[in-house]
Amino acid sequence: MISSKISTLYLSPPRSDLWLALALRLLAASGVALLAIIVWCLLGEAWTVFSGVGVGHFLTDATWHPTEGTFGLAPMAVASIASSIGALLIAGPVGVGCAVFCKYYCSPVWSSALRQLLALFGGIPSVVFGFWGLVVLVPLIAEDNPPGASLLAGSLVLAMMILPTVALTAHAALAAVPSHFLVAGHALGLRRGTIVLKVALVAARNGILAGIVLSLGRALGETMAMLMVSGNIVQVPTSAFDSVRSLAANIALEMAYATGTHRSALYACGIALILVVALSTLVAHRLTTGCQRG
Amino acid sequence: MSVQIASQVRRQIVIAAAGLALAIGAQAGEKKLVLTGASTVAPLAAEIGKRFEKLNPGTQVDVQTGGSARGVNDARVGLSDIGMVSRDLKPDEEQQLKAFTIAYDGVCMIVHKSNPIATLTKDQVIAIYTGRITNWKEIGGADRKITVVNKAEGRSTLELFLHHFGLTNSQIKAHVVVGDNEQDIKTVVGNVGAVAYVSIGTAEFDVDQGLPLKLLPMDGVAATTVNVKNRTFPLMRVLNLVTKGQPTGLSKQFIDYARTESVHDLVKDQYFVPLATAQ
Repeated sequence: MISSKISTLYLSPPRSDLWLALALRLLAASGVALLAIIVWCLLGEAWTVFSGVGVGHFLTDATWHPTEGTFGLAPMAVASIASSIGALLIAGPVGVGCAVFCKYYCSPVWSSALRQLLALFGGIPSVVFGFWGLVVLVPLIAEDNPPGASLLAGSLVLAMMILPTVALTAHAALAAVPSHFLVAGHALGLRRGTIVLKVALVAARNGILAGIVLSLGRALGETMAMLMVSGNIVQVPTSAFDSVRSLAANIALEMAYATGTHRSALYACGIALILVVALSTLVAHRLTTGCQRG
Repeated sequence: MSVQIASQVRRQIVIAAAGLALAIGAQAGEKKLVLTGASTVAPLAAEIGKRFEKLNPGTQVDVQTGGSARGVNDARVGLSDIGMVSRDLKPDEEQQLKAFTIAYDGVCMIVHKSNPIATLTKDQVIAIYTGRITNWKEIGGADRKITVVNKAEGRSTLELFLHHFGLTNSQIKAHVVVGDNEQDIKTVVGNVGAVAYVSIGTAEFDVDQGLPLKLLPMDGVAATTVNVKNRTFPLMRVLNLVTKGQPTGLSKQFIDYARTESVHDLVKDQYFVPLATAQ
């Protein structure tokens, strides 16, 4: 914690670094400008529907039938958040478990191989996960709980997609735990299980939670896989077997053939997605910093 | 799906580029052709236009959408060279306009091959899609929940389906909503209780590939591309190019080209049924 305080110290750059400082400022500003331009364009495209229909419809309408004049986004926002939380509930424990196993319970050779495999897993494009979900997972769920394309299928596929991020960041966080913590644990005569649970995981929680917050952003924005496996019905799910449509999937599903107000409403949907991602990340960040203090 | 979005984007770029080139081309004295009308026909017309431009250097084909009504109006008042209309002309329109069919679009109901249901009546389809019938046993099938597959809003197949059965999209109680035909088919293949509607061209192709699908006849007419071509299948429409009076010059050249066998691959790419091959 001391080191983080030092890094926040601001020093005015010496003369010799002026050009470097200028270049870095420009680069940083262009990053911010890019985001601003994207938001500006989204607002511009959505303006037609905001001025013609009003923002209220997006919040209060019960359903989404843009060609019939209803624009409710709430069910899709709920679906996006529910599927992402579901994915975190599955991928969180499994990912951290993977990391603990790699770090403390297997030989370095196997650990390295498993991590390589996870990295490879993380590189698989989402459409491949989606396709696998559509032809394997969905029919499997449909046998007992038709239609199969559901919140559960979406959460499972999302969980597989974020598992590598959770596992690899958790592993990195565990690897950064100072070895004298563990040595001290041994010296106290603690069992390995106790050292892992009460020392290593506690010391590494910041890094682990940061990885989980990072994964949340990815899960919320995931489009293709959700589109293929979650059924795309606009409704607030009452069970894990209900079909849902996420905000991101909605844009991809309808953009190709949308015109006029419908098209503009999809840009508004994009703005809503940015807001949901920003808010969720903010809340998750608050929760995790709360954890760190407590 | 992603491929389709990509091709849509490409198409829009082409349309935009055609518009830009049109402005420049007009100055350079190039020959231009303006098509407006039905959004169902537009993607196909744009693809044919691209090939037409390649074959006839110095020509520009500009395709704009706006519905069949715009296609008829623009052609009538001379705002466009050719109108695109996804239906037959009405008697009063026929007095001024000439229609030339370039393709057919047929839509049929599909179920899993192992589903014992042999046919669905119009009332049964409506009852299933509005949620009044929710189990196949109610209409003589197995005791299995029906999974209703619908299409995303804005798709022309959805419009044709809704129009034929006199429904609005908000009346439909679907369990799965999909984007394109292939996704319908994957859903039905993976779910024995599912029912969906797709372009006949796509479904027939996939059955030939050995997928376990069943194309249901409608009003006793088998769902085949042959029956779409001879216009006996009930759930179908014609895709027309219309001109004010007999087409001449570049318009005639384009229409003649759009009706030749050399564009059949483009027609099939859009899941439409091409014209019968000349005997």
